[in-house]
Amino acid sequence: MSDRNGYPVIDRSRRGPYPPTEEMLAEPVPQEEQEAQQRRLREVWATPKGFRYWTAVNNTEVGVWYTMTAFAFMLMAGVMALIIRVQLAVPENDLVSADRFNQLFTMHGSAMMFLFAVPMFEAISILLLPGFLSARDMPFPRLSAFGYWCFLIGGVFVIGSIFFDAAPNSGWFMYPPLATQAEGPGSDIWLLGLSFIEVASIAAAVELIVGSLKCRPPGMRVNIMPLYAWYVMVVGGMILFAFPPLIAGDFLFELERSLDWPFFDPERGGDPMLWQHLFWIFGHPEVYIIFLPSIAIASMIVPTVARRPIVGYSWIVLSAVGTGFLSFGLWVHHMFTTGLPNISLGFFSAASESVVIPTGIQIFAFLATLMVGRVKVNLPMLWIAGGLAIFTAGGLTGVMIAVAPFDFQVHDTYFIVAHLHYTLFGGMVFPVIAGVYYFFPFIRKVQLSERLGRWAFWLIFAGFNICFLPMHLTGLKGMPRRIYAYPEGLGWDWLNMISTVGAFIIAAGFAVFVWDLLRPKGHQPQIPRNPWGGGTLEWTHDVPAENWGVRSIPHVHSRYPLWDDPKLLERVDAGRYYLPDSKQGQRETLITSVIDAEPMQVQKVTGPSWISIWAAIFTGACFILPTFHIYWPAAGAGALAVACIIWWLWRDTARPPEVERKDVGLGLSLPTYASGPASVGWWAMWITMLGDATGFASVIFGFFFYWTARPDFPPEGAAHADGLMIAAAAILLLSSWALTLGARRLNWSGRIAGARIALGVAPVLALLGAAALAASVLHLSPSSHVYPAILCAVVIWVGAHTGVGVVMQLYCLAGSLAGKLTPNHDADLHNVTLFWHFQALSALVACAVMGLAPLLLEAPA
Amino acid sequence: MPPAPCHRLSPPARALRALPLLLICAACEGRQSALDPAGEDAAVLLTLFTVMLIGAVILWLAMNGMFYGFTRVHRSQISKTTANSIVIGGGILLPTLLIGALLGWGLSILPDHQKPGDGLRIRVIGEQWWWRVEYWPEGADTPVISANEIRLPAGQRTEFTLTSDRVIHSFWIPALGGKMDMFPGRETTLSLKPEKPGVYRGQCAELCGASHAWMAFEAVVMPPGEFDAWLEQEAAGAQPAEGTEEGRDIFFREGCAACHTIRGTQAQGQVGPDLTHVGSRHSLGAGRLGVTMEEFAAFVTHTEDLKPEVRMPAYDHLSEDERAALAAYLKGLE
Repeated sequence: MSDRNGYPVIDRSRRGPYPPTEEMLAEPVPQEEQEAQQRRLREVWATPKGFRYWTAVNNTEVGVWYTMTAFAFMLMAGVMALIIRVQLAVPENDLVSADRFNQLFTMHGSAMMFLFAVPMFEAISILLLPGFLSARDMPFPRLSAFGYWCFLIGGVFVIGSIFFDAAPNSGWFMYPPLATQAEGPGSDIWLLGLSFIEVASIAAAVELIVGSLKCRPPGMRVNIMPLYAWYVMVVGGMILFAFPPLIAGDFLFELERSLDWPFFDPERGGDPMLWQHLFWIFGHPEVYIIFLPSIAIASMIVPTVARRPIVGYSWIVLSAVGTGFLSFGLWVHHMFTTGLPNISLGFFSAASESVVIPTGIQIFAFLATLMVGRVKVNLPMLWIAGGLAIFTAGGLTGVMIAVAPFDFQVHDTYFIVAHLHYTLFGGMVFPVIAGVYYFFPFIRKVQLSERLGRWAFWLIFAGFNICFLPMHLTGLKGMPRRIYAYPEGLGWDWLNMISTVGAFIIAAGFAVFVWDLLRPKGHQPQIPRNPWGGGTLEWTHDVPAENWGVRSIPHVHSRYPLWDDPKLLERVDAGRYYLPDSKQGQRETLITSVIDAEPMQVQKVTGPSWISIWAAIFTGACFILPTFHIYWPAAGAGALAVACIIWWLWRDTARPPEVERKDVGLGLSLPTYASGPASVGWWAMWITMLGDATGFASVIFGFFFYWTARPDFPPEGAAHADGLMIAAAAILLLSSWALTLGARRLNWSGRIAGARIALGVAPVLALLGAAALAASVLHLSPSSHVYPAILCAVVIWVGAHTGVGVVMQLYCLAGSLAGKLTPNHDADLHNVTLFWHFQALSALVACAVMGLAPLLLEAPA
Repeated sequence: MPPAPCHRLSPPARALRALPLLLICAACEGRQSALDPAGEDAAVLLTLFTVMLIGAVILWLAMNGMFYGFTRVHRSQISKTTANSIVIGGGILLPTLLIGALLGWGLSILPDHQKPGDGLRIRVIGEQWWWRVEYWPEGADTPVISANEIRLPAGQRTEFTLTSDRVIHSFWIPALGGKMDMFPGRETTLSLKPEKPGVYRGQCAELCGASHAWMAFEAVVMPPGEFDAWLEQEAAGAQPAEGTEEGRDIFFREGCAACHTIRGTQAQGQVGPDLTHVGSRHSLGAGRLGVTMEEFAAFVTHTEDLKPEVRMPAYDHLSEDERAALAAYLKGLE
């Protein structure tokens, strides 16, 4: 059923009764049927055994691997911190060399940020989100698995470089020209290795956003979904807009390193400040990307502890969204000492301070919840309280350094080191550990030790303050960051010694925590099903564990269904609710509408496969080999990665289903196929393209940045791009877009032959368009000046996207010829058209900038 | 001696300044400490910090006190309205007021670091890993060249023009005021008004490579009369001490002149720091060592150990006597 545009609409007439009435829910399910259903579900969702275990894609497996890997990287980065502290314990120390020290702190920061803090959020969310939403799995399990394997390969590559004395050594912010001039592969490892991981992070973000939007249980309108899901959407959205500027920066940076295109070289018109802008446009939202998920964990724990619903739900949601927006307007506070005009400094000081308000609202909402509740302090709450004590201290020093003049003194000193560790330990590490204690029974069906947990808490809490509190003073007494040694007699000696002692106390605390996590727990009794007395859906989990996620997907109508609906658990277990069975032996989950969570579709979910691992290996090789200047094998690996992904999509996604509709229980019959906005794939494409467009916008921003910041842009008498070729490129690329759009309409109206012809001609035009674009800059010499360099960079970006677009068009053509794409089953074509909308827009912008630049730039001054 | 800078502050400001010194520790002395200001700019910023610190401590105690209380004290009836007003009062009203006030004051200080100077301008160029220094007195056509030490007249505001050779550095004298980054291909400015004569320490604050840790300098604040006399002497050519001819010969034999300038001699190298008056400086190797004869000899012998990856090679093939003679020549360049 479709509307005029070919978009499907919810077909209420054929669907059956919804919402379910109390009589329907009260009707018992016969015992034998329950057992048969359980048997079938168990079989369908079984985790592979033996070495095939690693082909698992289920969120419960991938989530655990992801979490443990991120935690392992965190421990390695922690060991680096200990070496740093030993080196600084006494003045004039020579335990490690200057270069090794620079590698250590660069890798400590990079690993904590890119291999721990952000992936940890994604890992925990993949693990827990389906539980919060009573979904059987994430919407794209193989994408989660692919993301995980990319993360593992990229992470091992990046962090492993430290063992070969080849790690990046220019700081986690990689400022050029220091980092562009750095010898050895260190900078390339950072740029390519972390870009690879960032791509995986964006993939996970897309999946988490779609999961929160489309995989909620029936009846869970947006205003009653768990706060965690809200935070997932906000943070996912922030990743989508924050990471692409960095990827665009990496792209320019690597072009400078590999091909000597002078984006950041002031002698040839470049500007190191462009990197600082792009880096911190990413870097500041990054801080909130790390912090908000921890608030999300706290927002799940605090109501349970208070035994009352959260106070100020709407305030918290608004604050989370507000923080997300504000965080993109603060980046300049990392650049207060770069000589920007006072008006900028004042504006960004004020903007930075304004974040206090949404943060304050969230914290005070927790306080108010505890106040109205009847608090029963438990171990997770102890960690939350410790985190709050530390975080508020870090927040208050944050208020200080947001005042630009004060930052002139403490910027790049140990005061900042103290501040950022207070915010990140208090705002991330403590809440995450609280989450581990709170959710461990959900994941492993046993409790962690209360006694060891208290030991770990007090060791880490005390050690943390012993280590980092004195650093405020060390910084005020003039000790800059990132120095590998210091002379005696400046009053820093004893402070550094205290900090080092504190660091080892923290390490002891983590040792206790790790032991508690890893020690054998086979002899321990299984937990009661809802050990903390929580009110949200994850506590409908099965004890002992079952892989199906949830026995049947409930219809909910409150924020704390387990508190408000006493019969819910029993009915879930009886399979009284939706999707209690899997008669066709397929993994399935329920897709609901975005706002009201009305049931819309039964989505087939992919199962175990090697293909996601192979795709990750080849993608990894494609990013890693160029680090060592091995280009042709890298290109081959890239082609293999694309082949793997096409094979995976072709075989297992968007195939015409065997049955068009399925009975999902309670008299409801839902379609098994969806295309356009009703399908999860369309949403994933939309969200991905938003991120991608942000990356393109960042490259274009570079062009305008040079134009406004550099007097010699373009240099006098510079050659421009060929206007005729650009006009041809614009026409060809837009024609290709129009043909793709036309193909979708023709296909939908049943004129299949016409659609195939359009899909056959469109790639030819696209390739011609890309060729014309390339021809327009062929005569330029990009290493001579930044002006030709940025034009060529734009061409490469648009050209690469055209290549992807062509593959997509051919994929649809092949689908049509193979009978996979039919007038009624055109999800792929919808998604490809969406891609081409963005592609047409990028091409238009690129051609406008390149073609009109000579007119704009050479206008009489 | 000019009057101590404290006298320029109002009595309450003075009291506020004394407080953190008592609160935090008794050991806030230090030539590189923002807590021990010797200039107007640093003093204002310390007052700002002190007020913010007191506010922060009060707020921290209040917030965590509430948290502790609410998790342990069981009250029977607290209405939702009260709870909501806590969210609005604590989350919106209180921070808006406090931040408004803080920004009003804090940002009023902002223009100070760009105030016009009283005449003297110093241009500093960051090198890896040392400082090229040019003094431009008011109306001068050519600068007085020096390196690795900044001398300033007390009670006068001096303007700095900052730039860099290859990578980004940051110029910072904590006892005198805030820092400012130095970029290749671009100039930034900063002005400082030192008040208390003395020898302070400045250091590069932006990661600039292997020897970032050893890119420091001495900042010498002098009474204005003494400063003028010193500048005149600094502008003059080198006057080697009596009996250091052997060291001079070693200097030229070993090719030191290819990189270093000693005005008044054949040495006109531009790669490394100017050594015309190196013997009268307070430190060697950009704050790396003191200036005893032994330290001069140590620096030329163990250069790489003392400053990793520095471009100057170690002259460890020189005999002990030759090192001593070279050290005597350099030390004699006053």
